[in-house]
Amino acid sequence: MSLELIRPGRRGLFCEAGDFHIDPWRPVPRAVITHAHADHARSGSDIYYAQHDSVPLLRKRLGPHSLIRGVDYGEPFRLGQTTVSLHPAGHILGSSQVRVEAGGEVWVASGDYKRDPDPTCADFEVVPCDTFITEATFALPIYRWRPVAAVAGDIHAWWQANAAADRPSVLFCYALGKAQRLMAELLAYTDRGIYLHGAMVPLVAAYRDAGIAMLPSLPVSAAGRGHRFSEDLILAPPSAAGSPWMRRFRGHSTGFASGWMRIRGNRRRRGYDRGFVVSDHVDWPDLLRTIRETGARRVLATHGRTDVLVRYLNEVEGVAAEPLETLYSGESDD
Amino acid sequence: MQRFVDLYQTLDETNATSAKVRAMADYFASAPAADAAWAVYFLTGGRLRRLAKPAELRQWVLDLTGMPDWLLEETYSSVGDLAETLSLLLDTVLAPPEQASEPLHVWVEQRLLPLRQQAEPDRKRQLIGWWTGLPTGGRFVLNKMLTGAFRVGVSRRLVVRALAQASEVEPARLAHRLMGHWQPDAAFFRHLLDPKDHGEDASRPYPFFLASPLAGEPGELGARSDWLAEWKWDGVRGQLLQRGGDCYLWSRGEDLMEGRFPEIEAAARALQDGTVLDGEILAWDDDRPLPFNVLQKRINRLRPSARMQQRAPVIFLAYDLLEQDGGDLRALPLTERRQRLAALLDHADGSIRLSRPLDDPDWDSLARRRDQALAMGTEGLMLKRLNSPYRVGRTRGDWWKWKIAPLTIDAVLLYAQPGHGRRSNLFTDYTFGIRDGDGLVPIAKAYSGLDNAEIEQLDRWIRSHTTERFGPVRAVEMQQVFELAFEGLAESGRHKSGLALRFPRIARWRHDLGPADADSLTSVRELLDSIRSGY
Ligand SMILES: [Zn+2]
Ligand SMILES: [Zn+2]
Repeated sequence: MSLELIRPGRRGLFCEAGDFHIDPWRPVPRAVITHAHADHARSGSDIYYAQHDSVPLLRKRLGPHSLIRGVDYGEPFRLGQTTVSLHPAGHILGSSQVRVEAGGEVWVASGDYKRDPDPTCADFEVVPCDTFITEATFALPIYRWRPVAAVAGDIHAWWQANAAADRPSVLFCYALGKAQRLMAELLAYTDRGIYLHGAMVPLVAAYRDAGIAMLPSLPVSAAGRGHRFSEDLILAPPSAAGSPWMRRFRGHSTGFASGWMRIRGNRRRRGYDRGFVVSDHVDWPDLLRTIRETGARRVLATHGRTDVLVRYLNEVEGVAAEPLETLYSGESDD
Repeated sequence: MQRFVDLYQTLDETNATSAKVRAMADYFASAPAADAAWAVYFLTGGRLRRLAKPAELRQWVLDLTGMPDWLLEETYSSVGDLAETLSLLLDTVLAPPEQASEPLHVWVEQRLLPLRQQAEPDRKRQLIGWWTGLPTGGRFVLNKMLTGAFRVGVSRRLVVRALAQASEVEPARLAHRLMGHWQPDAAFFRHLLDPKDHGEDASRPYPFFLASPLAGEPGELGARSDWLAEWKWDGVRGQLLQRGGDCYLWSRGEDLMEGRFPEIEAAARALQDGTVLDGEILAWDDDRPLPFNVLQKRINRLRPSARMQQRAPVIFLAYDLLEQDGGDLRALPLTERRQRLAALLDHADGSIRLSRPLDDPDWDSLARRRDQALAMGTEGLMLKRLNSPYRVGRTRGDWWKWKIAPLTIDAVLLYAQPGHGRRSNLFTDYTFGIRDGDGLVPIAKAYSGLDNAEIEQLDRWIRSHTTERFGPVRAVEMQQVFELAFEGLAESGRHKSGLALRFPRIARWRHDLGPADADSLTSVRELLDSIRSGY
């Protein structure tokens, strides 16, 4: 280990050689942002570097006056004594891995990522490196995802069955990334319009502006007073569950689209009728595959079950691994 | 077994009571009787014991997957349910087929039950073969049958409703036929759904009639003379059957309390055959009850010594007569049943006695009598409408419990976390829930009320029945019922139930109750309404 290129500091992951932070949780002079989820993109820094497609999403989160420099995937730029480039992470629109090179050493910080195809963002790119900083949100062997196209079929069938029984279908999902991915995947089954909770409307608009094809949608507030939603699919963030807002959908059935739905208890504790296993994070087999493919000699794990991943890599895979303390909360609703 | 797996999944995947009932009714109406009998058995909480040890199942899955033991342990602690953990892990090595073959009763009777007589290598070989041939949902159901109870959010009441929907038999009779012990086979199921009346099994108790809490003044119940008043005894509710030359003592939790109260069983033999009494098992000394914890010494004690019987003497205090000369008396008015009961027990001073009515002539004098409840070692008064039949379950209107303050409810332990300071290594902070539909919603946190021995006992139970961990908080299997005492009740957004208790504390651990006996959101809301209306 010649050089600690990136290490956790008080304000976030810090690259001393380049004098910048990656996804800092406090204001810093220079921030490289992997993606626009709240636990990765926080306001107050002087300048942000991010992939072009995530700039409009970041503007909504960081405020209109933030200084954000859009960068293309694979386009190297200099920060201090380092060369930095962003590479697709396959997590949400504009999500990036950060490749940092200095003194012949290459580090990659993955941010959040997945390997499954996703029509709303660029496919994950394997970036060879010496040290790989990986997420570990779903690092347990029980987490493995079915093809999302098949899950979209299940969602569509659930929606149809509810509609036949005059029941509104309220599907809870993460407002940024998951909602748009489902709206894109459902195109294979229908072109019927759906309704959106207000919190999702601007995010869906941003995806449409980026040219992503999705089901047509209307805000719930745009429906007429007498509209009963009895044949409709409504997407809403999980925070809307149990709120007075739900009263509009008489006799509704609820579903939740999330990797956590792989476990019955998670669904039952929250009281959803149906759980659909869909995640924008990497599952266990792809996590191990990705680590092998990067050729990294050393792995640092953040997010979620770092303890399990670190122990497994050291004891079973024979890869040197350590946990990295960060404040990323992980998408608890993802 | 595919149909049962599908039924399980449907029940698991909906929170709507009507949809659950419909799914079960469809199944009962169409499944072969031999399968439906086992489905009723499992859905009402029946389990198959001693088929394979959980440790063996784990080891076989480790052998199959080749994963390290610690990884299975981590996974298990994250999933919280062994049957589910194992079926999810099997997915990683055995590609699941689409359908399960063989009907449910063949699985249980020809495959699972014979496991008891087989050696470990045979059981392992068979299990692996069965797992391989089952879809993921089927593996889960199989693992559930091997490891314990099916908690799928349906109460016995819902199963009864579904059976009623699938047949022409009224719920009360179905509930009765499901009481006690029965053999899950085709003959039983046909008998269960048979619209014709026929003699029921001698050991079978009647479904209990349960009182509702009266929160305000009894004046609005009408004339005092229409009501029977008696003490509300603080013991274990029970039904004593003397039939076919045998005695059966059932607790309200439907446990046959055989061999625990020999003095009561001996006294029952003196009753005429074909007699069923409803009453209270109490620790008793001379003319008054002893504190509940004296009775507690006896509840789980099989074949108590003479010394124990002397130190903690118990009696059965009867307050209703449900059967006489083999005839069902439940439709008779209470006055008539009580007259017959009094004639039967009037001079009894042994281990079966009569709960005597209180003769205070008006509500005011009765209220003064109630003030002496604590001194009498009781919880307050019972008010029973004199012209009412003996009903089933918690039907409001005819039986009221007019307890002395504090108010109480029965709630189920949901979560536990360690206490502070001296108790930081023990789980002493508890969250309790009440029934809502077929689930449970949190209503109160309570920290005190148990003695040290009970705290330690509960701590051990929590550690071995944790289903999930959230930091220091553990979710536990929803089994333990506690009586919570509190001073007031109000609407609140703090708990998901939308209600909050004022100064809740644990009054006692109700070993005799199961989660289905706990209070429901409806019953607690009714309590709130009655407090508000001042009645
Ligand atoms: Zn993310
Ligand atoms: Zn994240």
